Amino acid sequence: MSYRTLTHLERLEAESIHIMREVAAEAERPVMLYSVGKDSAVMLHLARKAFYPSPPPFPLLHVDTTWKFKDMYAMRDRMARESGMELIIYQNPEAKARGINPFDHGSLHTDLWKTEGLKQALDQYGFDAAFGGARRDEEKSRAKERIFSFRSANHRWDPKNQRPELWNLYNAKKAKGESIRVFPISNWTELDIWQYIHLENIPIVPLYFAAPRPTVERDGMLLMVDDDRFRLNPGETPVNRSVRFRTLGCYPLTGAVESTAATLPEVIQEMLLTTTSERQGRAIDHDQSASMEKKKQEGYF
Amino acid sequence: MDSDVQENAYKASDLIAQDIDAYLVQHQHKSLLRFITCGSVDDGKSTLIGRLLYDSKQIFEDQLAALEADSKRVGTQGQNIDFALLVDGLAAEREQGITIDVAYRFFATDKRKFIVADTPGHEQYTRNMVTGASTADLAVILIDARKGVLTQTRRHSFLVRLIGIRQVVLAVNKMDLIGYDQARYDAIVEDYRQFAASIGIEDFLAMPISGLAGDNIAVRSTHMPWHRGPTLIEHLETVELEVEADQAKPFTMPVQWVNRPNLDFRGFSGLIATGVVRVGDAVRVVPSGKTSTISRIVTLDGDLSEAVAGQSVTLCLADEIDCSRGDVLAKADAPPQAADQFEATLVWMADEALLPGRPYWLKLGTQTVTAAIQPPKYQINVNSLEHTATKTLELNAIGVANLSIDRNIAFEPYEANHSLGGFILIDKLTNATVAAGMLHFALRRSQNIHPQALDVTRQAHAALKHQTPAVLWFTGLSGAGKSTIANLVEKKLHFLGRHTFLLDGDNVRHGLNKDLGFTDADRVENIRRVGEVARLMTDAGLIVITAFISPFRAERKMVREMMAPGEFVEIFIDTPLAEAERRDVKGLYKKARAGELKHFTGIDSPYEPPEAPELRIDTTALTPEQAADLIVERLLGQDGFAYVI
Repeated sequence: MSYRTLTHLERLEAESIHIMREVAAEAERPVMLYSVGKDSAVMLHLARKAFYPSPPPFPLLHVDTTWKFKDMYAMRDRMARESGMELIIYQNPEAKARGINPFDHGSLHTDLWKTEGLKQALDQYGFDAAFGGARRDEEKSRAKERIFSFRSANHRWDPKNQRPELWNLYNAKKAKGESIRVFPISNWTELDIWQYIHLENIPIVPLYFAAPRPTVERDGMLLMVDDDRFRLNPGETPVNRSVRFRTLGCYPLTGAVESTAATLPEVIQEMLLTTTSERQGRAIDHDQSASMEKKKQEGYF
Repeated sequence: MDSDVQENAYKASDLIAQDIDAYLVQHQHKSLLRFITCGSVDDGKSTLIGRLLYDSKQIFEDQLAALEADSKRVGTQGQNIDFALLVDGLAAEREQGITIDVAYRFFATDKRKFIVADTPGHEQYTRNMVTGASTADLAVILIDARKGVLTQTRRHSFLVRLIGIRQVVLAVNKMDLIGYDQARYDAIVEDYRQFAASIGIEDFLAMPISGLAGDNIAVRSTHMPWHRGPTLIEHLETVELEVEADQAKPFTMPVQWVNRPNLDFRGFSGLIATGVVRVGDAVRVVPSGKTSTISRIVTLDGDLSEAVAGQSVTLCLADEIDCSRGDVLAKADAPPQAADQFEATLVWMADEALLPGRPYWLKLGTQTVTAAIQPPKYQINVNSLEHTATKTLELNAIGVANLSIDRNIAFEPYEANHSLGGFILIDKLTNATVAAGMLHFALRRSQNIHPQALDVTRQAHAALKHQTPAVLWFTGLSGAGKSTIANLVEKKLHFLGRHTFLLDGDNVRHGLNKDLGFTDADRVENIRRVGEVARLMTDAGLIVITAFISPFRAERKMVREMMAPGEFVEIFIDTPLAEAERRDVKGLYKKARAGELKHFTGIDSPYEPPEAPELRIDTTALTPEQAADLIVERLLGQDGFAYVI
């Protein structure tokens, strides 16, 4: 007989859908963490495919820092409307009360808004499984991350106590209070993500495309002045540069790259021809080299 | 040679630069191969993987700059690039005690995308390698050309065979270090061929390579013109994928999720494990056996007319038949089998050893059931491949055992269908994944019962006593009233002239089982021995009454299956936990609540109530006297539990 050879994207898509359905079937209260970035966009798209014609049987959770780009908030609200899914927006009340911000508080900003905010949101709503958009190709420490990653009742990741994953059999059993982080796009690479967005016409935040934007150069990074909360140092004046973003986070912490790539193929072309790995644009990783491992143990994705 | 590699890479770059759309079309049509590399650090495994990433230009400039700097600083290759540094970094983590079973690496060529499973570690090698190999289409077995076929080569090959990888590459590495000597290479390959045949690896492709120098990796080696075969990359790009081989098999799809957005739509979602399914095909639900036809294949992108192994789909059926998660949809005239007893190979993956008889969760496809493992028939030494006797399986041990589960499940032998023959075992207390298993075949009950014919038969024993033997198996929480009621039942039967014997938990522990404690293993062994004794007593024609908590369904099922059909009478003494704890006749609940007693049923150890006991006694509604009367009446009376005295 003749075979129908599935493309690598079809295989990856089928695997991700299979993972999401396992979680929907076995977890009591799953949730999808939605960060509005391109990986989240793909993950949401896959969820819609996995459960069609039903809407995905779980809500979207945006752990908000109040410091995302304006364009991200717009995209978030649009996607929640279009998917028919409930959108839960969580802002850590303590971070809010203390006015934690990326200018004054350094890594405390990420710690309180994101790490603590995520734990609080999961506890408050009683979510026992949370989908995240992390990929194994992002960096060395993620190459060995499992697809189902277990967290204790206080959200600690215990690297000595993770379960072997064989075939496509995922063990979702857990004690009360424990939870699972599930990474359905573990096996996708950055190029796969872009290619899939291109093929499937998945809406993404316009910030991924080059456009003239007001920016300042600081500590070797190009930062966008997205609103009037941005504190300019003496002598700094925003300059309009043609830039785009390779990853999206809090705007004062996310470095832009100078670019003229205004279409998806051009962005992919630039991604393939430029030669710095993806996470360089995020200030969060420059703190310490082993920082991702540490953040993961504390509950950050 | 390095200039050739550069040239290839530049070609891809040129296409990206000049015609990104053409490049995207090319990339879009790549297939996906998953493979595993087997070998230790000394065989150059990390160097080979690093070389594959490097030659396929998967390394970014910042990583390359770091690599070059690191190579000079800590590398083992002098001023040259140490490719191993690209993938290592696991050593440090191992020193920190972090469990790493497998790391996955990604690269792509013009034709395919690849996912490489990299399994570090010596002590945990079996567990790691089996995990990494379980998703692989192909295995690259690395041999150091200076050393030839070693014990560890045999171990890797055995595991590859065990996990059922059909595509094997024997990569004789470090050819540069033996002067690219063809005679040495031929001898190694011949040596390996003899061994491979002995363990059932019928076919493999051998190639002489150097991961460090790049010989026969991406480009043909100029040092070994005598080698005619493809390069490693060429082979990886063209070898048959497992998912394609699976398409030739009959259609099977484990149902993951029933999609029911409204009353007008009912779809069955799953990942097609094998075969092809088309609209109009006749399908069967296993294990129920009900049949229907496919009416729609639904996806968000529109309905399909057919779908193949490896696709995630939602299927609609023409008829309203029962089908839910755990069932398998299959080709109507070639369905998988359904059974509840199997022989299987187990690879033990937990620090805590196998406890034969203890119930575990077994997950196979989308079915999760309770399984009890019999004591292993033998263990396989992965180094010598000898079979040795064993009572259990420790971490990284591989053995063959029978197992019985609490209901029929759909299955295929692992050799025929990995999705319906591969399973994991999960500890019910810790929820850890403790073993991987591969089903061989279903057992027939008749094979296990009555091996020895005796002249004075059990029928003769029973006839002399004018009764039909039986086991009245009382189960329930501590303090539920089992012993009290069992005692009354025996008195009443004795008074009526029946030949009985009461096996009580405490009494048995003072004699037959005084060597056993209260660990999980001992509890299971306790029940097993009681079952065996009860079995012998029924052979002698007695009515046996037992009073044990026996909290797990799997253990009770194990005992039920020791008995002749119909002779096991399960009596559930149903007392709510709160009530049993209120009574607390022996003060045990108080101790358990205070943390002085561990694994106390109902407190920190589960009790699984019988799903279909022959008789349920509600002790909140009946006195012990009334309960005993009811049991005797049902036993001797109007065929209460299909039992005739």
